[in-house]
Amino acid sequence: MTKLKMGAMYTALTIISLVSIFPFIWMIVSATNRSVDVTRGRIFPGTHIFENLQNLLNQVNLVPALMNSAIIAVGTTVLALFIGSLAGYGFEVYRSKKKDIVFTILLLSMMIPFAALMVPLFRMFASISSVIPFIGIDTLPAVMLPTVATAFLIFFFRQSTKMFPREMIEAGRMDGLSEFGIFLRIYAPTMKTTYAAAAIITFMASWNNYLWPLVVLQSPGNQTIPLLISNLGSSYSPDYGVIMLAIVIATIPTAVIFFFMQKHFVAGMMGSIK
Amino acid sequence: MSYKTKNALTGWMFIAVAAILITVFYFYPMFQSLLLSFQSGAGTNLEFVGFANYVRLFSDPTFLTALTNTVIYLLVQVPVMIFFALIISVMLNNDKLKFRGWFRTAIFLPCVTSLVAYSVIFKYLFASDGLVNMALLNTGILQAPIQWLTDPFWAKVLIIIAITWRWTGYNMIFYLSALQNIDKSIYEAAKIDGANAFQSFIKITIPMLKPIILFTTIISTIGTLQLFDEVMNITGGGPGNATLTISQYIYNLSFEYTPNFGYAATVSYAIVVLIVFFSILQFKLVGDKND
Repeated sequence: MTKLKMGAMYTALTIISLVSIFPFIWMIVSATNRSVDVTRGRIFPGTHIFENLQNLLNQVNLVPALMNSAIIAVGTTVLALFIGSLAGYGFEVYRSKKKDIVFTILLLSMMIPFAALMVPLFRMFASISSVIPFIGIDTLPAVMLPTVATAFLIFFFRQSTKMFPREMIEAGRMDGLSEFGIFLRIYAPTMKTTYAAAAIITFMASWNNYLWPLVVLQSPGNQTIPLLISNLGSSYSPDYGVIMLAIVIATIPTAVIFFFMQKHFVAGMMGSIK
Repeated sequence: MSYKTKNALTGWMFIAVAAILITVFYFYPMFQSLLLSFQSGAGTNLEFVGFANYVRLFSDPTFLTALTNTVIYLLVQVPVMIFFALIISVMLNNDKLKFRGWFRTAIFLPCVTSLVAYSVIFKYLFASDGLVNMALLNTGILQAPIQWLTDPFWAKVLIIIAITWRWTGYNMIFYLSALQNIDKSIYEAAKIDGANAFQSFIKITIPMLKPIILFTTIISTIGTLQLFDEVMNITGGGPGNATLTISQYIYNLSFEYTPNFGYAATVSYAIVVLIVFFSILQFKLVGDKND
């Protein structure tokens, strides 16, 4: 390739990269500035971060919202990984024609838009409320339950299980382990990277979920972080510095996970299309 | 019990929890939605009305607006994004390129933000006195600020810019991984035969990536047809209903206006039909070329 072409490529990639990261930089910079500086277009860091934090804590229930989001995201991830890997393992290791049909049917659920489920799910949880209040409307379990079993994770684990050596299952049987024991003591520890990738994808999706929490959670104390940011963003007299700080805080967990586990994340996404 | 039956049974046990949960939280509500779509009434006072909701659907101007908007987003945004993602991934796949990791991370970074968070950021960046207008005015590109949030045309453009920013890097990762699996000698052979970079891109790269392009197009199509978070948080569906999507209309029908769950369910089936239609269409388009 000629030098000229290489130069054009570097220029293009530099511009695209800057466009990609600029909103992040602006968000971080704005979190340290006063609202009036943000509207004036200041793009240099300021000194008002603690003032913004103080205002943020005074204005909204930040800590409870962080706690709610953390409980939902961790809870969903643990349950979804267990349920999804169990099924993915089951479909691959105990393969049969009938199971392949069931697998195909389950995969069809990926095509169902959430908007088509929203109203019936809402009504379902509303009727559960009178029987089992702690998993009904306006509870954290209600946010988690519809997302703990996903066809995507089953598919993901099934694909990865294809690489899992069958001899290890036989060895486990020889040693007198139960079938579930083999899954728990041999399969799960061997598949650490698969679990890591699945965990990242699930945690991020759950942490950032908006529509279903918006529908099912009602009391202010049960807000999650996306709901809190959405409310702050739609207020009539927005304090831009404060809102940007809230967004920075909300982005930290997923950004940290992303930077430390970038390789797994990419591997996880690739695993889904192998 | 024979070993074989026992083994099969164990398999079903592993699958049971997931299968039951997916049935309860996906297929059963889907069926409920179908029943609901033949009912009408405010809140929980529903009665069967036959096809009345479906008749209403085609004469409902708000639905038709939401449908048009959603299809515009789909037909403009998905091809643009897929094209960008392809070009970027081909550039990043160049062995001689330095700082590849840095570029890749930077372009992938938007994927870690929540849809709500980036929507709010975009709303402020593109405000009439926001940073984007300020920059365009100061550099002399614009004489008067663009009313991104209040002009029906520019509001749609803004939504398209926003989704493209968020998802291009996501698609790029798929193409990058797929590109690494293409044997380099194919390109070298083409070069010897006198093919230029553009010709290799059209004749080698695109055909080799066809399955992945199909996959990302379908995933993006399903995502765009369900668009909600961005529109809700950037424009609120406005100005007028200029950016309203089908998902947001369903949300409004169920939880913002006087709740009409029956009609909302009918509208939701419109998305189901669209997803099935576009998925089959994309399969057909790619499939036919493969023959």
